[in-house]
Order: sequence, then C-alpha cells, then structure tokens
Amino acid sequence: MKISVQTEPFDLGTEMAGFGTGREDVGAVVSFTGIVRDDTGAMDALELEHYPGMTERAIAKIVGEAIERWKLADVIVIHRHGRLGVGEQIMMVATAARHRVAAFEAAEFLMDYLKSRAPFWKKEHGPEGTSWVAAKDEDEDALKRW
Amino acid sequence: MIDVLYFAWVRERIGLPRETVETQAATVADLIEELKAREPRYEAAFADLSALRVALDQDLAEFDAPLAGVREVAFFPPMTGG
Repeated sequence: MKISVQTEPFDLGTEMAGFGTGREDVGAVVSFTGIVRDDTGAMDALELEHYPGMTERAIAKIVGEAIERWKLADVIVIHRHGRLGVGEQIMMVATAARHRVAAFEAAEFLMDYLKSRAPFWKKEHGPEGTSWVAAKDEDEDALKRW
Repeated sequence: MIDVLYFAWVRERIGLPRETVETQAATVADLIEELKAREPRYEAAFADLSALRVALDQDLAEFDAPLAGVREVAFFPPMTGG
C-alpha cells in the first residue's frame, strides 16, 4: 500500500510497474489518473491547498475502508498539492483485487471520497485573477451510492 | 488554549492561517460566536455556516460538537480534492 501527498509529479509507469503482479490472489488491476483540465480556456494554473496531517489521516481512513470492503490486495493513492499547470497530473489511484468488479468499484469509491472527504481545496488562476473552486452538490450526492 | 486553523477562503477572509485562542467555549458553535464577536473579518468568515466545515483534532465534526480535550480546531470550505 502506498499513500503519498506531494508537490512533485509522479510517473504512472513507475508507480504501476509490478503493482498487483507476481501473486496468486490478484486477477485485476485498475488505475485512474486525474489531470488538470481547463473548461473555460482561460486558466493558467490550478493551485491545491491542503491540511497537512489531516490529509494523510483522511486518505488512510478512506483507503482502509476500501481495502476492507473490496478485499483489496494492494492500493496506491498519490495526490499532489501546490501549483499545477493545465494538462499536468493531479492525482492517481490504483487498486488490485481478485476480480475486475471489485477493482473498478474500489477505484470509484476512492475517487468519490477523495473528492469530498480529503481536505484539499482548488483555486483557479487565470488572467482575471483567482477564484476558489466550489464543491458540487453532485460530488456530495455521489457518496450516497456507497 | 486551543489552536485554530483556517484554510482556503476562510484563511484569506480572516487573514491568517492559524492562531492560538484562549477560550472557555463548550462547543464549536460557542467558539464561533466568540470569534465573530472579535472583529468584522471573523463575522464575515463565519456568516454562513452551511458554507463551512469543521474538523476537531483532524477529524470532521459537527458544529454542536464539544471542545473538551480538543487541541486543534480547523475551519474550511467543503473540500474539493480528486
């Protein structure tokens, strides 16, 4: 299991090399990578603030729940903070499970919870200045399916 | 003595990331009332509690939660990770 909250970029290939392989109880590996997207065409960068200490604690709790519920063999969560350019990676999750459905569901569960329960806050930087990204109701609603 | 932390626009509105507060407040809501009474910038930051979340010793909590034994209180807007 790996949980990392970091400013520096990560290499997906390096992280996934050997993940979930070489063991008898894993039949499925899923990974998701979040990328900084520009919906308005006017964003220079995305800045992520977080709550050191609580962030690691909140992620560990979410990961623990996913491991227990989907009997995961392994998990990776990497989440960046600081100033990120458009097209850069923000975060990744990877899950290794016995079956495909568990690996996919656990990855979605992790994503849904990281969005609304891990203490990160996004601020958009553009030519007109900066603005905090508001949390969406549908992100909170997404937790209800779990 | 309790450490009070602010994040995102709450930090910007209040103008500092953390402070140590001398308080006898029994609950989070009582602490908020004490802070609001201090200065207009606190009043502005805590005007709409539905736009705020609170964590006690780094776990999410409710506004009516007791502060007994708590060392660190954090106020912030709904989280936008992922």
